[in-house]
Amino acid sequence: MNRLLAVIGALLAVHVALLFVRPGGALAEPAVKSVRVGIVFDVGGRGDKSFNDGAYEGGERAMRELGAEVTFIEPGDGTDREAGLRLLAAEGVDLVLGIGFIFTDDIATLAREYPNTRFGGIDYALSTDAAGNVVPPPPNVTALKFREEEGSFLVGALAVLVGRSKTVGFVGGMDSPLIRKFEAGYTAGVKHVCPECTVVAQYAGVTPVAFRNPGRGKELALSQYQSGIDVIFHASGSTGLGVFEAARAQHKLAIGVDADQFNEAPGFVLTSMVKGVDAAVYDAIKRVRDHTFQGGVSAFGLAENGVGYVYDANNRALIPDAVRARVEAIRAGIVAGRIKVPGK
Amino acid sequence: MIALLIVAQVLRISVPYLFAAAGGLLSERAGIVALTLEGFMAAGAFGAAIGTHYSGSPALGLGAGVAAGALLASVHAMATIRFRADQVVCGIALNLLVAGGCAFTLRLAFDSSSNSPRIAALGEGLGSGLAATFANPLVWGAFAILPAMWWLLYRTRFGLRVRAVGEHPEAATSVGIGVPRVRYLAVILSGAIAALGGAYLAFDQHKFTDGMTAGRGFIAIAAVIFGRWEPVRALGACLLFAVAETVQIRLQGSTALPSQFVEMIPYALTIVALAGFGGKSAAPSALGRSEG
Repeated sequence: MNRLLAVIGALLAVHVALLFVRPGGALAEPAVKSVRVGIVFDVGGRGDKSFNDGAYEGGERAMRELGAEVTFIEPGDGTDREAGLRLLAAEGVDLVLGIGFIFTDDIATLAREYPNTRFGGIDYALSTDAAGNVVPPPPNVTALKFREEEGSFLVGALAVLVGRSKTVGFVGGMDSPLIRKFEAGYTAGVKHVCPECTVVAQYAGVTPVAFRNPGRGKELALSQYQSGIDVIFHASGSTGLGVFEAARAQHKLAIGVDADQFNEAPGFVLTSMVKGVDAAVYDAIKRVRDHTFQGGVSAFGLAENGVGYVYDANNRALIPDAVRARVEAIRAGIVAGRIKVPGK
Repeated sequence: MIALLIVAQVLRISVPYLFAAAGGLLSERAGIVALTLEGFMAAGAFGAAIGTHYSGSPALGLGAGVAAGALLASVHAMATIRFRADQVVCGIALNLLVAGGCAFTLRLAFDSSSNSPRIAALGEGLGSGLAATFANPLVWGAFAILPAMWWLLYRTRFGLRVRAVGEHPEAATSVGIGVPRVRYLAVILSGAIAALGGAYLAFDQHKFTDGMTAGRGFIAIAAVIFGRWEPVRALGACLLFAVAETVQIRLQGSTALPSQFVEMIPYALTIVALAGFGGKSAAPSALGRSEG
C-alpha cells in the first residue's frame, strides 16, 4: 500500500513538473512569424456540433488562411481544464484560448502568472466590484463576448410572428446570468412585436447537469406545448435535444441555439440563434498576427455578425416573406441603435 | 384532460427511478452497496442506443442495453466479491469508467462527443402524448418491477438467501449457502434491471446523449434509502420523487414558490429518512462489508 502511494506520488510530481518544462527549441527558434495558438475546449470536446466545433472551425481557418500553428487540447471532466491552459502557457504560445465561460477564473489566474502570454476567453464572465462597476479583465486577456440578447431578441420576434399562440416558451439550462441574458432578449423581442403576448420561461435546474439532461428538457417542453404554446426557444445545451423530441412528438416548433440545429428535428426547427464562435476565434488569432491584440472586452453582436438567426433553404418554408421582412427591419433597427435590447 | 396529462408525466418521470431503485434494492439487500446505479443506467442507455442503431431493432437494442448493464455489474461483482475491493470506491470508479467509455465510443463510432444518431424506439408509431405513455411496455414493466422484487425477496428461496447474505453472511455460510454465488447473481441481476431504466431514457429521446442519466441513479439510491430497503415503500418513494419533479416543472415560473425549493424536496426527505425520523433506518446489516 505504501509502495503504491509512493509510486502514485512520484508520478504526480513528475506530472506537475512536466507542466513547467519549456521545450528547449521552442523559444530559440528564429522569428519565422507564424502565430502559435493553443485552444482548450470546453466539456464535451470536439463533435459537440456547437461551441467546440465552432472554435475548431475558427482555429482551422486560421491555420489555412493565416498560417497559424494551432494546438487543440480536450480536457475531460473537471479539474484538468486549468492544466490544459497552463501547459500551453508554459510552452510559450502566443495566444491561449479557453472555450466557454467555465474557463473565466482559470484564465484570470494564469494571466497574472504569465503576463507575457496573451489569453482569450469565449463568454469570459466579467465580475463586478462592490460598487457595481465592471472589473476589466487583466491587460493580457481579451474577453470574447457575444450579445446573445440581440440574437435572442430576433428569434423572440420571429417566434411570436410565426406562432399562432399569444404565449411562447423558453427552456433554459442552468439558471445563471448567461442564460438569463438569452431569456431577457427573447422576452423583449416578443414584447416588441406583440406587447400583450407573454413568455413562459423555465429552467432545467440550478447546476451544470441542467445542460445535459434531455429527459428533463423533454418534459419541460411537453408541459409547455400541452398548455397551448407552439414555439419554444431553448438555450440549454444537450438538454435542448429533449425539447426537439417534444416538438417532433407534438408537431410543434422549436428554436435551436449556438449552432444551426435544423438536423435535430427536420421540419420542426423554426430557426436557430447562432453564435459566431468560429468568427470570434479567428478574429482573436488574426489580431495577434497583426499585432493589434489588446486586452479588454470584444463584444460580438448583430452589427459584427457575431450573433444571428438561421434563414436558409431548410426553414424558408416555415417563415413567410412578410415575417422575414419584419424581422430584418428589426435587425436593422438594433444595428442602428434605434431599438434598445435589454441584457438582463 | 390536464389531470391525465400530469399523471402521465409523473409516470414517465418515475420509470427510470423505478427500474434503478429495483436494481439497487436487490444489490443492497444482498449486502453490496449500489453506488453503481448511475453507471448501470448509462450503460443500459448506451447499449440500447448502439444495439438499436446497428441491428435496427429496438427489441434487440433493449437486449443489448440489458446485457451491457449485466456485464458492468459482473465487473463490479468480481471486484467487490472476488477481490474484496471497497464497494464505494469501486462503484465510483465504475461510474467514471462508464462516463468516459461512452464518450470515447461515441467519438469512435459516430465522430460526435455529444450524441448518437437517431434510433427507432419501442412502441414507435403510437403517436404522441398519452397513448405513447400508456402503450409503452417499459412503463408497465417499471410499475411491475418493484412488486416483482417484493415477491422475489419474500416468496422465493433465492430471495430468502439474498436477505440472509445481506443480513448475516456468516450465518448464511454456516447453513451451507454459497454467499459469493448469491451475491454475484444479485449484483448481476441488479445491473440488468437498472439498465432497463437507462434504456427507457434512450428510447424516450430516440438517441443516447452523453451524460443523459443526469444523476437519476443517485436519486434512485435515495429512493431505496427513503423506502427503507422495502420494495413497496421504495415504489412509493420513487413516485413521491417523480411527483416533486412534476410539480417543480409545472409550477416553475408561475407561482411565488421558488422552484429550487420544490426541487430539493427529494433530497431533503432522504436526509430526514437517513437521520432516522419516522422509525429506525433498516439498512441490511452486512451492507458494504467486503469480508463475509
